[in-house]
Amino acid sequence: MLDISKIRKQFPILSTKVNGENLVYFDNGATTQKPQSVITAESNYYQNENSNVHRGVHFLSGLATDKFEETRITIQNFIGAKHSHEIIFTKGTTDSINIVASGYRTLLNKGDEIIISELEHHSNIVPWQMCCEQSGATLKVIPLLDNGSLDMIAFENFLSENTKLVSVSHISNTLGTINPIEKIIEKAQAVGAKVMIDGAQAAAHISLNMQSLGADFYCFSAHKLYGPTGVGILYGKEDVLNELPPYQGGGEMIKEVSFKKTTYACLPHKFEAGTPNIAGVVAFKSAIDFITELGLSNIAKYEEELLQYATEEVLKIEGLKIYGTAKNKSGIISFNINELHPYDIGMIVDKMGIAIRTGHHCTQPIMERFNIPGTARISLAVYNTKEEIDICINALKKAKMMLS
Amino acid sequence: MSTIKKIQAEIVEDFGMFDDWMQKYEYLIDLGNELAPIKEQYKTEDNLIKGCQSRVWLHAEHTQGKIIFTADSDAIMTKGIVAILINVLSNQAPKDIATAKLDFINEIGLKDQLSPTRANGLVSMIKKMKLYAIAFNN
Ligand SMILES: Cc1ncc(COP(=O)(O)O)c(C=O)c1O
Repeated sequence: MLDISKIRKQFPILSTKVNGENLVYFDNGATTQKPQSVITAESNYYQNENSNVHRGVHFLSGLATDKFEETRITIQNFIGAKHSHEIIFTKGTTDSINIVASGYRTLLNKGDEIIISELEHHSNIVPWQMCCEQSGATLKVIPLLDNGSLDMIAFENFLSENTKLVSVSHISNTLGTINPIEKIIEKAQAVGAKVMIDGAQAAAHISLNMQSLGADFYCFSAHKLYGPTGVGILYGKEDVLNELPPYQGGGEMIKEVSFKKTTYACLPHKFEAGTPNIAGVVAFKSAIDFITELGLSNIAKYEEELLQYATEEVLKIEGLKIYGTAKNKSGIISFNINELHPYDIGMIVDKMGIAIRTGHHCTQPIMERFNIPGTARISLAVYNTKEEIDICINALKKAKMMLS
Repeated sequence: MSTIKKIQAEIVEDFGMFDDWMQKYEYLIDLGNELAPIKEQYKTEDNLIKGCQSRVWLHAEHTQGKIIFTADSDAIMTKGIVAILINVLSNQAPKDIATAKLDFINEIGLKDQLSPTRANGLVSMIKKMKLYAIAFNN
């Protein structure tokens, strides 16, 4: 059992007052708050450890490099990767997807096909559209069923020897659907396609093991895992990363540079051109430590309990409709109340200290699919409580009353 | 005092009566509900201002030296603010609209709502009203 009040005490921002009310932070899908250990690690880095990595012989450079590489090992263990050089530090999920999509521009040709799905975040749509535009490949989109899960029959029908890459999210940031990625990976790899999983919404909520999962690429953002902004992970299988052309040229990513020919460095440096967000990477380790100390399975169990409670309680509000009712769901509830505009609801509950997200959540195709302008979204994290859910429900009722 | 300034002063006075955000919001909702509807034929793609959060339609007509604005929004709170802007700027001379200062927005505590980062379409709406005024003035 997790001691939630003890966990809450580790997050200084949770004691913020908004408009005189206690902050209720339900926008964790956008970004989670940070525990003191992460905040301290980031400032401690600048106070005591700052230096550039991988390039100096002096004491501080060695220290910074050690710290930086320690995080890589921590991530390797956290997601069960075979090698630490399969862990690439990026700016975030968006950056990670762009690295792969940009590499595939030169790997793909006319007639090749990329498959994504209708529930993807714009970050997992636009880079592939750009990739298709430049390579001549075709983009296929797995449609959604009414409950917000993927039409797996349509997916299997798409698969052929032309399928070169499948990129889908592990969990939908709008609908909360946990996609059957094991099955997707198995089916796609059976026709020789590579699979990329956008794990932005999953890594803080589901235990991962890259070796048993078998995904070719998997990515996520530190800031959605209680870590700092501006840091992300691109995991790739060693051989797949070796085949992928580098994204950016510059310092650190080269083996030898001459004006005749430049050769690229080995993994992971091939994809880490320029000075990275060292402080962020160092602090990210503290975020992973925070998660592993609590235990991801404990976190998942508690969040599941919260999700169930929140779902039952919001449904007591008459006229409230939840978008995303798949059997397998993570702690995200998207909803509308009658014909009320989500923006109006968000504005009113904000005045009562409640942070929910409203709008299309960077998933306009989902809004089109359900023919709605947007939704209001509650997304949960380990520090949230049932009391907060009660407060939110009351606020939603009040908003409904004011607006009806 | 110009009429635009006078109207603004009245609005500031109205808002001065409210003690808390709820009253203010309820008033905005009322204003939104009372806003004279835009003609269906003017709710076109051309007249649509797409915010990320809410959408605003704005139509302008130039008659007898004045501009008549009609507008709508899909979100009621946005529509309430739309109603205030229409109240201030519609049925005025192009020159007055083009040069109008909208400081009263700060005074009634709705500055946040008119920040570009809100993405509710209101900032673009004001810009568009001014552009109409400049165009009709020439
Ligand atoms: C499913 C999903 N993919 C990608 C992203 C983009 O992540 P980032 O903005 O950290 O690059 C998000 C963030 O909202 C997301 O939820």
